[in-house]
Amino acid sequence: LETTCFKEVKEKTWLIVLRGLGPPATLWRLCLQCSPAVAMLDRVPSALGVPPLGLVALRLSRGIHGRGDQTNHAAGNRVPCRFPFSRVSKQDLAFFENLLPGRTIVDPDVLMTHNVDWMKSVRGSSELLLRPQTTEEVSKILKYCCERRLAVNPQGGNTGLVGGSVPVYDEIILSTSLMNQILSFDQVSGIITCQAGCVLENLSNYLEERDFIMPLDLGAKGSCQIGGNVATNAGGLRLLRYGSLRGTVLGLEVVLASGKILNFLTALRKDNTGYDLKQLFIGSEGTLGIITAVSILCPRRPRAVNVAFLGCSSYKKLLETFQCCRGMLGEILSAFEFLDSACMKLLEKHLKLINPIAENSFYIVIETAGSNADHDKEKLHNFLEAVMASFLVTDGTVATEDAKIKALWSIRERVTEALTHDGYTYKYDISLPLEKIYQLVEDMREYLGDKAKNVVGYGHVGDGNLHLNITSHSKDQALQEAIEPYVYEWTARYRGSISAEHGLGLKKRNYIHFSKHPEAVALMKDIKHMLDPHRILNPYKTLPDQG
Amino acid sequence: MSARVLVGVKRVIDYAVKIRVKPDNTGVVTDGVKHSMNPFCEIAVEEAVKLKEKKLIKEVVAVSCGPQQAQETIRTALAMGADRGIHVEVSGKDYDNLGPLQVSKILAALAKKEETSLIILGKQAIDDDCNQTGQMTAALLDWPQGTFASEVVLEGDKVKVIREIDGGLETVRLKMPAVITADLRLNTPRYATLPNIMKAKKKKIDVVKPGELGVDLTSHLEVLRVDEPPQRQAGMKVETVEELISRLKEAGRM
Repeated sequence: LETTCFKEVKEKTWLIVLRGLGPPATLWRLCLQCSPAVAMLDRVPSALGVPPLGLVALRLSRGIHGRGDQTNHAAGNRVPCRFPFSRVSKQDLAFFENLLPGRTIVDPDVLMTHNVDWMKSVRGSSELLLRPQTTEEVSKILKYCCERRLAVNPQGGNTGLVGGSVPVYDEIILSTSLMNQILSFDQVSGIITCQAGCVLENLSNYLEERDFIMPLDLGAKGSCQIGGNVATNAGGLRLLRYGSLRGTVLGLEVVLASGKILNFLTALRKDNTGYDLKQLFIGSEGTLGIITAVSILCPRRPRAVNVAFLGCSSYKKLLETFQCCRGMLGEILSAFEFLDSACMKLLEKHLKLINPIAENSFYIVIETAGSNADHDKEKLHNFLEAVMASFLVTDGTVATEDAKIKALWSIRERVTEALTHDGYTYKYDISLPLEKIYQLVEDMREYLGDKAKNVVGYGHVGDGNLHLNITSHSKDQALQEAIEPYVYEWTARYRGSISAEHGLGLKKRNYIHFSKHPEAVALMKDIKHMLDPHRILNPYKTLPDQG
Repeated sequence: MSARVLVGVKRVIDYAVKIRVKPDNTGVVTDGVKHSMNPFCEIAVEEAVKLKEKKLIKEVVAVSCGPQQAQETIRTALAMGADRGIHVEVSGKDYDNLGPLQVSKILAALAKKEETSLIILGKQAIDDDCNQTGQMTAALLDWPQGTFASEVVLEGDKVKVIREIDGGLETVRLKMPAVITADLRLNTPRYATLPNIMKAKKKKIDVVKPGELGVDLTSHLEVLRVDEPPQRQAGMKVETVEELISRLKEAGRM
């Protein structure tokens, strides 16, 4: 190997042009062995004036991949090497255009939005977006891609927060957006069967007209699709009451990497016949198969919904309020969320929302849902009297009207939005024993000191799930290195989960060992290999890098 | 000041609820449907409570006409800061026929009985959109009126009202006692905080019958029929310009 030129093109990025004796593939294998922080280009800029025969240019970088000078924030992770997938050729394009006329997209402007995640923190360089409408089309796409060794990135609403929904390199984006049909709804059992591309809010509206509701609800409901929700085992605001998707999803239709269609879309509440395959795909983040249809058990729409917004002076009092709440409101409690005063300040500053009550250290949002308005009102009022009398709660307000309920909920739901206006956000979604939850926020605040602009905590405290968010004026590598892996080590110390509901995606794949034993990870890799031997489904995500 | 303010609050179907017409077309379905205080009445209560907080008036009395459930609406007003409530009991056929004329007769009678200096109402109710009660009440009492108020300023025995009208803003000065109706931009109603909700439970609500006030509730209006607005036709999406032209030709539009 001959190094023809070596030049630093950007901070921590070097362009090394080598003249090799063998084919590029040999060179590539060699590079893989030296460092995972290597991205290989097989196009050499002619400006370097080097003859193209047998040449390979290496770009050693930290957190940079893809086209141009866009920087990918891979959360302190090393950027994975591009696997030796094929690249999309003219014949491939022709095949797809024939299969999906008018729904094979190469327009760079359209692709731009699909290549970047919601947080604008990672960017891929896919050049092809496919929009199938039926399961058969998905099957044909995957069969072809499997044969051609083309990587595929399944994409729903692209609202994921761990970089799992966008390509890392040039994976073909398979969007489920046009698979938005509701296939059937049984009014008696409350089981809805629909395609994976149905937007959660649309499903909610459909069900509400028929006196039912979806068992899950998230801030992203206007954009997220049910297939993606299932693939990431989304939690959300109603998990406390209705449980996780692992309980409410009754059946799935999945297309495997080979193109084979697996249909276990039963609409049965109970079915103990063999291994429960759907549990494999729920939460698999699109790495084991592409979900094309879902059947979900939906609860009845509650007749009476009340929301109380309370203020507490300390986290200890918040936990005691939770205990009291569980005791007095138990069967009607449908959500118990919290946010700290730092969150309220951001909401007031960036979104001009008004605090409905007096300033407090902690704010709680409690939702009750029941079948009898009078009973619920009485239970709620008894509870409120109890917590006010014992000074667990210093102030609060209650809403029964839809408009006021929405207004109170938006205070909790829009924290994510307010954070995006505060600067660059580092998001952590942690599960911890209840007593430890806020200690993590306080420790991080003390530990980071001036390095961070704001450190806030909010989330589904009723489920033991904290959303820890740290902001800085702009992307700050030093801050990120200070946070990670410190925050994960802290979590592991108290046997928590480093990703309660957001999943691992791209950003957290290499931290899985903080929450799972190596034997478990090894078994996961075996399953992945069995279902997707060529690794074409959502590569570089969820499972840690080799070696 | 020893002024007393009367605030009218109406219990209406919550504005977020989808309205359904009864199968016999005599009205809309109200059974089991979520009701709440008319949004403009909330603004009226907020304005009255603000005046009391500024110590410009002494007492805020919330009034509602209707069946037993009307008391819930009065409680909400009490939780926002009203001092006491008056529930004028009207139910059954009388309640179905209760309109602005009847309500304004009731309010006029109450205003005289309670020695009121100011009546603040919402400009209209979101169920019938009549926008008449305030005006009729003022006429019955022969009091000046400032309707569609977007700003209210007490100046001694007079009140300055800035009104939102089609051409812009009109400022009028009224000699009290007077009637004011609240428009959207007058204020933002407060959230009723827990301590006030608790206190409201103990505040007094007097129950009065229209007969005791000498009011005759007969209506000269009869509702003949209630229908839903015609369903909107679904549109059609086309993929190409050629398809657009061929569809237009098919529909006879070209």
